[in-house]
Amino acid sequence: MSGPIISLSGVQKYYGDYHALRDIELDIAEGEFFSLLGPSGCGKTTLLRTIAGFEDASDGALMLSGRDMKGVPPNKRPTNMVFQSYAIFPHLNVAENVAFGLRKHGLSAAQKDAKVAEALAMVGLEGYGGRAAHALSGGQRQRVALARALVLQPKVLLLDEPLSALDKKMREQMQGELRRLQRQVGITFILVTHDQEEALIMSDRIAVMFEGRIAQVAAPQTLYRRPETSQVADFIGVMNFMPATAQMAGESVETEIAGLGKASLAPDQCPGGVATGAVHVGIRPEMISLVFEGEEVKAATAKTTVVEQYYYGDMTYYDVALEGVEKPITLSMKNIVGRPVLERGAPARIAWDPRALVLFSA
Amino acid sequence: MLISAPALYAILLLAVPLGAIFLFSFWTQDYLTLITTPTLANYQEAWNEPLYGLLLRRSLMISGAVTVATVLLAFPIAYFVSFHVRPERKSLWLFLITIPFWTSYLIRVFLWKVILGYNGVLNSGLSGLGLIDEPLTFILYNANAVVITLAHAFAPFAILPIFVALERIDRSLLEAGRDLGETKLMTFWRVTLPLAMPGVVAAVLIVFIPTIGDYVTPRLVGGPNGLMIANMIQTQFLKLNNAPMGAALAVVAMLFVSVIALGFVWLNRKFLRVKQ
Ligand SMILES: Nc1ncnc2c1ncn2[C@@H]1O[C@H](COP(=O)(O)OP(=O)(O)OP(=O)(O)O)[C@@H](O)[C@H]1O
Ligand SMILES: [Mg+2]
Repeated sequence: MSGPIISLSGVQKYYGDYHALRDIELDIAEGEFFSLLGPSGCGKTTLLRTIAGFEDASDGALMLSGRDMKGVPPNKRPTNMVFQSYAIFPHLNVAENVAFGLRKHGLSAAQKDAKVAEALAMVGLEGYGGRAAHALSGGQRQRVALARALVLQPKVLLLDEPLSALDKKMREQMQGELRRLQRQVGITFILVTHDQEEALIMSDRIAVMFEGRIAQVAAPQTLYRRPETSQVADFIGVMNFMPATAQMAGESVETEIAGLGKASLAPDQCPGGVATGAVHVGIRPEMISLVFEGEEVKAATAKTTVVEQYYYGDMTYYDVALEGVEKPITLSMKNIVGRPVLERGAPARIAWDPRALVLFSA
Repeated sequence: MLISAPALYAILLLAVPLGAIFLFSFWTQDYLTLITTPTLANYQEAWNEPLYGLLLRRSLMISGAVTVATVLLAFPIAYFVSFHVRPERKSLWLFLITIPFWTSYLIRVFLWKVILGYNGVLNSGLSGLGLIDEPLTFILYNANAVVITLAHAFAPFAILPIFVALERIDRSLLEAGRDLGETKLMTFWRVTLPLAMPGVVAAVLIVFIPTIGDYVTPRLVGGPNGLMIANMIQTQFLKLNNAPMGAALAVVAMLFVSVIALGFVWLNRKFLRVKQ
């Protein structure tokens, strides 16, 4: 495999005085399922539109399969886009929509029909070619938009929150289908989403963005387990932050965590860099467990009281107060057979594995 | 039978006058007396007298030319306001476009006379610049003058429906056109124009139908060769005191307009296929 299919370096985008994209450095490999994740207004769409050619970067370089894209209009770029609104042409039927981009491909009518049918089959819409655009459901519109882009065999497919308009069930189904489709066609997908679960489920790698900046680029597991900043940790899932003091002890970092006591962290538990002095240590709720009578514990333990209990059916979440610490921490337990659900005010012993701790500077 | 108030109102306003005209067209006039025996004599005369045919053909030609000129003029303006004016300024622009049309229709026709006349603004301007030696005469008192005046008069009525149709186009459709490999021009041709067609059809009908019946403009700026069928209908009613003949001509003219308008609507449905 040669270099990255997409390479952005030092990309800036200004809307008037507003700095929408800041120092974007990003390489995306061929065949990757890549997600841009971030809160509303962080610049995900702007970045995607810059790659598609609808926005000009104010500064920096964008290379697409080794070619500088400066001044190249959208119709000359090897990218295709699935718009958030799907942008299905209302004056054309499904087949005509899918065939829209094939005009200049020099195909006979029969070849064109075959390609359209193949693309429709790929997205599970066999036989829908004659349907009028307005006679489609949201999910079907989305499939037409996908087929219309994939039929052109782009090097990169750009998807701007393609699932946000669908209901929960449909969305989960399409997440699976999109992933399967991407593996099948082997095209690089860049997905914009503000749904962290969606990004974790679907992506090979994820870029987390805040306020026009990329905070971290990593595979889902790395992003979840070893977030580099407390902001990323907070955005992806739930993270308990506890004040602590840290000092070096050879290779590792010795910490004194409020309410939990001493813990020794390996360098890889400091993904944002080793820090000493006043720091924060984070741990995910599922990495802490309640210890019931008669259970044997190898990990560290502490005494707490249940402040609040949230029963989800498959899981129970607890807010528990550590001795001498005001802010409670959250933990989650699977509701397996024979395990009781504790009530508010009940005393509880918790256990955690120090290897699950992550250190954040300040 | 129970008839609701609005239906009654519509009948009084539309059906009764139409019915009266239709009825009249089968009567005849003998000097001062109206003969109410039904006859097709008026229609026979309309068919046999070449002047009526000539006037009708000229009317259709002039109206057609006015329609084409107006829509061609209106489209770029509507497009500009819809696509190139900032959203918060659009209503101001539309407002400004209609300002010239606050004055009376007659005053505007007279203004065109002043502009297009032998010693008018246009001719004196051009000769002042040394561009012409003799005043242009082909611009007043003929069909050209009628077309110019009417096209100007109907411009806002054509701009508005086209503007509305353009406003309704989802802008992401145009980006999709670009994204799928088309240039700006081809995207206009394959996306914008078909989606604007309902507005264009509305504009065509709004301009074409009333211009056929116009008799003020041809009388004032048309000269003898710019007169239209409506002038003849007016003459029959008021000067020749032959209301039945006028009514028959009016029915014939309405028939032509209806057929052409329906033909246009059908064409639009059949070939342009704009479903929204
Ligand atoms: N054409 C524009 N002119 C001025 N500002 C803009 C323009 N487009 C976007 N912005 C601003 O740039 C910022 C980033 O916008 P963008 O649409 O990229 O956000 P996003 O991450 O896609 O958010 P969302 O999840 O809500 O879609 C926003 O603050 C937005 O207001
Ligand atoms: Mg967005």
